[in-house]
Amino acid sequence: MKARVFVTLKPGVLDPQGKAIHHALEGLGFSGVNDVRAGKLIELDVADSTSDDDIAEMCRKLLANTVIENFKIERQAQA
Amino acid sequence: MKTAVIVFPGSNCDRDLAVALEQVTGRAPVMVWHRDSELPDGVDFIGVPGGFSYGDYLRSGAMAARSPVMQAVAEAAGKGVPVLGVCNGFQILTEAGLLPGALMRNAELAYICRPVPLIVENSQTLFTNGYEQGEAITIPIAHHDGNYQADEATLDRLEGEGRVVFRYGEKVNGSARNIAGILNESGNVLGMMPHPERAFEAAHGNSDGRRLFEGLLEAVGA
Repeated sequence: MKARVFVTLKPGVLDPQGKAIHHALEGLGFSGVNDVRAGKLIELDVADSTSDDDIAEMCRKLLANTVIENFKIERQAQA
Repeated sequence: MKTAVIVFPGSNCDRDLAVALEQVTGRAPVMVWHRDSELPDGVDFIGVPGGFSYGDYLRSGAMAARSPVMQAVAEAAGKGVPVLGVCNGFQILTEAGLLPGALMRNAELAYICRPVPLIVENSQTLFTNGYEQGEAITIPIAHHDGNYQADEATLDRLEGEGRVVFRYGEKVNGSARNIAGILNESGNVLGMMPHPERAFEAAHGNSDGRRLFEGLLEAVGA
């Protein structure tokens, strides 16, 4: 089974990288971009028996730093 | 004083730290590999060096913080053994939960490598008794992720408990309240972005960092 983990900075945490991307977009002439936040997408291929709780545990222990980051788990339906 | 320096794949200040410790204590530290799950018996001090452990994959310090040896470091820290984390070592200690907060990408996104002015905000610690309270010193930094962030309540608490040990004397990397180094609640774990081992002798340009190691030796005893 495939699962995707989205790791994003918590609201209010400064994101220098997102800011730089924002500036770059403006430099390219894209106006009307209000804000940019950069995060990570981690794709996992796990045994079918893996529960959401198991993946959440992986996030808390390693994949995300919960001091500054939130995570969201998305299971992908079998193709 | 018996010392240990932890070595991760990608550590690059481990030997600088070892040289500083050997010169001050007269005894070479035991170099402990990241896969070891035990520290040598009777260690009086543990250094977690700078570098780019595990290539900074995922987050700086994230992988190293979960390595077998860090369990042993956490146990030793819990028993009161002094632990110093420099640069990547500071990142590892926050990722391991031994220090609060997180070290994020520098505000201007640049890798910064230069000597910076520091203020010794607390000279009454195991690590800083060689300095005067409020003393201005200069120690080099070399990092990409040194932007210290924590929530306001944590920052207030750190300030109130004298756990902000070093503060930058000028804006450097976007760190909240210009924090450069912090102490844990029990006072035996210090994390700092500046490299005291790189300001150790005249040949380095200045030796302000040397007193940290000398003060530690005095505090811990030979």
